[in-house]
Amino acid sequence: MTVARISAALLVLLLLAGCGVEPWVRPYERDRLADPIMSMDRDPVSSSYINHVHEAREGARGASGSAGGGCGCN
Amino acid sequence: MTAYRYLLVLLFTGIIGLAAPAATAGVLPDDRADTLYHYYDGGGVKIDGPSILVRKSIKDRVSVYGNYYVDRISSASIDVVTSGASAYTEERDEYSVGVDFLNGDTLMSMGFTSSSERDYKAQSLNIGIAQEIFGGMTTVTMGYGRGADDVYRNGPDGQPDGIFADEADRRNYRLGLSQVVTRNMLLGINYEAITDEGFLNNPYRQVRYADGGSATGYAFEAEVYPRTRSSNAVALRTRYYLPYRAAVQAGYRFFADSWGIDAHNVDVGYTHPLGPAWVFDLSYRFYTQSAADFYSDLFPYQGAQNFLARDKELSTFDSHTIRFGVSYDLIADGWGFFDKATVNLHYDHILYDYSDFRDLRAVDSGGAPLYATGTEPMYSYASDVLQLYFSVWF
Repeated sequence: MTVARISAALLVLLLLAGCGVEPWVRPYERDRLADPIMSMDRDPVSSSYINHVHEAREGARGASGSAGGGCGCN
Repeated sequence: MTAYRYLLVLLFTGIIGLAAPAATAGVLPDDRADTLYHYYDGGGVKIDGPSILVRKSIKDRVSVYGNYYVDRISSASIDVVTSGASAYTEERDEYSVGVDFLNGDTLMSMGFTSSSERDYKAQSLNIGIAQEIFGGMTTVTMGYGRGADDVYRNGPDGQPDGIFADEADRRNYRLGLSQVVTRNMLLGINYEAITDEGFLNNPYRQVRYADGGSATGYAFEAEVYPRTRSSNAVALRTRYYLPYRAAVQAGYRFFADSWGIDAHNVDVGYTHPLGPAWVFDLSYRFYTQSAADFYSDLFPYQGAQNFLARDKELSTFDSHTIRFGVSYDLIADGWGFFDKATVNLHYDHILYDYSDFRDLRAVDSGGAPLYATGTEPMYSYASDVLQLYFSVWF
């Protein structure tokens, strides 16, 4: 559970730090960031499929942004 | 039962969260439905099938989704051919359901996935929380997942042989941060630790060892993997809005596990809209990994070490992927109940190049190997991956 503890501590620290920071990009300045072409995951159905294609053929796994499901990699 | 305890805690947290007054508004995922057809062809393996994903929000506080996914597999891969087995067909069906609760700047989510093929059943439960901070500049995410797999082995009739059965227990811990850097730039960092325990190899795969008594100079025995594996992966991802309406993206991931595999992948991409309806994507991904400590293409003799693998996924190799995507919005101004509808085509071409996995298929007309044992050419292959999907927003 060490990872979970470190994660919890990090979250608390970030939340505390948030009390003293002014957002330097104001909400009205985020029009470009809100454009669909700036989405990190524009089409989840497609990205989860292509992640599965790679993971089934590679030794590496994880941190791809999707939660992952069964194996199906035989 | 730990997964179910976590589920109860999350349900409780979700109920408390819904009862609390909302602060500033976060955002639920879009209401949309996607119908995708996927096709993979490479290395003697063909896989195709549909994936249908529907997501709908309820009263701006809750969003539910369901996904049905199928892999129809027809395999005559190099592993099947060199082991002397016949080509086989298989189908994997996967169902996922999930729910997201939004309360102010906090999004809590949980999902359940069940995957089934004749010789492999997998179930997994995932929970997560995303919290916006710094006035929406930063989003911190955390997640936990638990999976339970049942592994069987099919006999010659394609059904489980009733002799072999084993299990694997999987857990993952996820931590992420996404950051608005400037009015044109987003940055994401993700970390994921995964631990597995149980039967982690493939009941069909074999390793090769030198055998002077054999006509080919080698023979096969069953592979043996450790029953535990833990891995760490950290990924960075950024997107940048160009001075004109287009975006570039770049990503990097480092991976290391307790089996001795180190992997890196980098990717770069460009997204270019054309008019109100078209969006074009072009990207490139490079992947490289080192072999597992217990991997060898050719062991010196039978039972040479405790753990044995000749699975090409655990070998030293590189891959290159080029992707092209196009999306066309059919109703950019909405149409009745629908806000938007797109038809999308994605094509990926992947080249795999192995450094210590040899191709044993080169034989003369009499079936004798063309190369001396251990000097066969290295294996490589190319794959074509196609996705055609239709999406509607409502």
